[in-house]
Amino acid sequence: MTTTATTAPRPGTAADAPHEKGSGTTLNVFSHAFLVLWVVLAAGPLIWVALTAFRPSAEILSDPMGWPASFHWENFTNAWNKANIGQYTVNSLIILAGSLTGTMLLGSMAAYVIARFTFPGNRLVFMLFAGGMMFPVILALVPLFAVMENFGLLDTRAGLMIAYIAYSLPFTTFFLTSFFRTLPTGVQEAAMVDGASHTRTFFQIMLPMAKPGLVSIGIFNFLGQWNQYLLPLLLNNEDEKSYVLPQGLASLAVSQGYRGDWGALFAGLTIAMLPVLVVYAVFQRQVQAGLTAGALK
Amino acid sequence: MRTDTRVAKPPPSKKRAEPEAPPKPANGLLLCLAFLLPPGLTPRRVRYDRRYRTLDKYRFIVGFLAVPLAFYALFVVSPFLQAIYYSFTDWSGGPVANFIGFDNYRKMWDDERFWDSLEVSALLLVIAPLLTLVLGMFFAYMITAGGRHRRGQAIAGVVGSSFYKVVYFFPQVLSVAIIAVVWGRVLNTNSGLINGGLEKVGVDGPAWLGGDHALGVLSLLTVISWSFVGFYVVLFSAAMGAIPKDIHEAALLDGAGRARTFFSVTLPLIWDTVRTGWIYMGIQALDTFAICLVMVPSHVLKVTPVFLYERFRDGQYGYATSIGVVLLVLSMVFSLIVMRAGNRDRIEY
Repeated sequence: MTTTATTAPRPGTAADAPHEKGSGTTLNVFSHAFLVLWVVLAAGPLIWVALTAFRPSAEILSDPMGWPASFHWENFTNAWNKANIGQYTVNSLIILAGSLTGTMLLGSMAAYVIARFTFPGNRLVFMLFAGGMMFPVILALVPLFAVMENFGLLDTRAGLMIAYIAYSLPFTTFFLTSFFRTLPTGVQEAAMVDGASHTRTFFQIMLPMAKPGLVSIGIFNFLGQWNQYLLPLLLNNEDEKSYVLPQGLASLAVSQGYRGDWGALFAGLTIAMLPVLVVYAVFQRQVQAGLTAGALK
Repeated sequence: MRTDTRVAKPPPSKKRAEPEAPPKPANGLLLCLAFLLPPGLTPRRVRYDRRYRTLDKYRFIVGFLAVPLAFYALFVVSPFLQAIYYSFTDWSGGPVANFIGFDNYRKMWDDERFWDSLEVSALLLVIAPLLTLVLGMFFAYMITAGGRHRRGQAIAGVVGSSFYKVVYFFPQVLSVAIIAVVWGRVLNTNSGLINGGLEKVGVDGPAWLGGDHALGVLSLLTVISWSFVGFYVVLFSAAMGAIPKDIHEAALLDGAGRARTFFSVTLPLIWDTVRTGWIYMGIQALDTFAICLVMVPSHVLKVTPVFLYERFRDGQYGYATSIGVVLLVLSMVFSLIVMRAGNRDRIEY
């Protein structure tokens, strides 16, 4: 990734000149200063939210910058129970379990067929999926609402899952198609000669071989669907009890203002952010690779 | 690929069971039926038919593509196409949608609220990519080239480069709605982090999201750039890391300073990534929705997607879709301009 990897020392290059060494040190201090500044800016608001979550609401209003004098865990229990964060988390998990499984299964099925079989219309199907990546979701907003209403899927979990799957399919299929194309053809042929059906070849031979690609796109979809806000706002707005986490927090930001209970809001935000950040810190390389792959489509 | 034609003959073990008698060719009707039958129930003479391989292949293709394509066509392709059609109608959600030509677009042209929202969106479209990419490139270059010189290395990354990238990337893994709520609190006039900090040094902070248009735009820009800088640091430092070190070494040997090396060597070599990133960021800025809806009170300012959403909530479905079409056209025009303007000869290395 970076150029920090050491190469064998080669004497006599420009870097050995003494004046260059001096400027390097100055630059090093300078660059660290800026880099640390952005660390403070990037992480500062998040750390502030986590710290403030331990302070009573009255204190937050009078002195927003203060440190927690003592740890008030009741903000967290309030958020989880009274402010429904527990319910929202469960909703998010249920939706994600269905939508992520569906996305990965349907996406890899379509991608495998497009990548590995020649049939009339192959190119057309591929272009259809690839083209879907260019359209802003906001354009489909109104008709999608009507389509879901006609199918009786509005304000249902199944409807939200289907919407997540459908809008994740273009990039998932596109990404996995190019991944399946890189896999060797020999293994697939050998499986067929040995009498395995197409379906069996796919599930038992090709899917395990595609695991690195599936992990990247799986992380991409996990974060994208877990963080989704626009689709639930449109399709799952009827009953507050059925909100997913981002939706719940956005409405909490309004309602806690009326109640004056900012502590619970900060605790709720912390509950929502912490697991994602921990998972990210563990899988940082895969997450960075998976998310930046989206820009290089 | 194309395993189907190569193994047209039955496996040898079966041949022994039916010595020397080749299976009779199946008739067309039976083959059609076999399309729907599971392989276990298919008569053997059909399965050993030469055409069965092709049939089996197409059955598999249809079976695997049907559900994904159906989902995609029903819930993605059809709404997009409907959106374009409905933008020429007076649809308000009911069963009737009268074709009214370009009336929605004419209405938009005369709608001051639309122009106000477009002004904000256009500002974001122009400034957000500039700000975010410049910051991203600066930090990426600091990470890849700002390190202390080690013996024999023309260019060295800073210590802790992966730590920086991990922290910078934090906002990218959070939901936009959560970012909007967090920043709503940070920018709060009376109990926010920024004004709380300003108070400590004796300055009365302004009402960032309280009504001033310019401050509102500034807040939006800050939050959008804040959340995307890390993404571009990771993207650009990967691209910079892929440049062979000899090139940097040669530039330094020739006496080029750091800044000169960046503008004459690094930037041209990662230009393709920059251009792609530019388009991506512009489209992200134009699509800004949740941050504005959740963070900025509606009387201060609106971006065009929020204006669209409000028309949808009003029940002006036809009008709302026509705004969506304008947004689509704008993002296409923007992509084309950046593609054209940023077109340079590709440098191979």
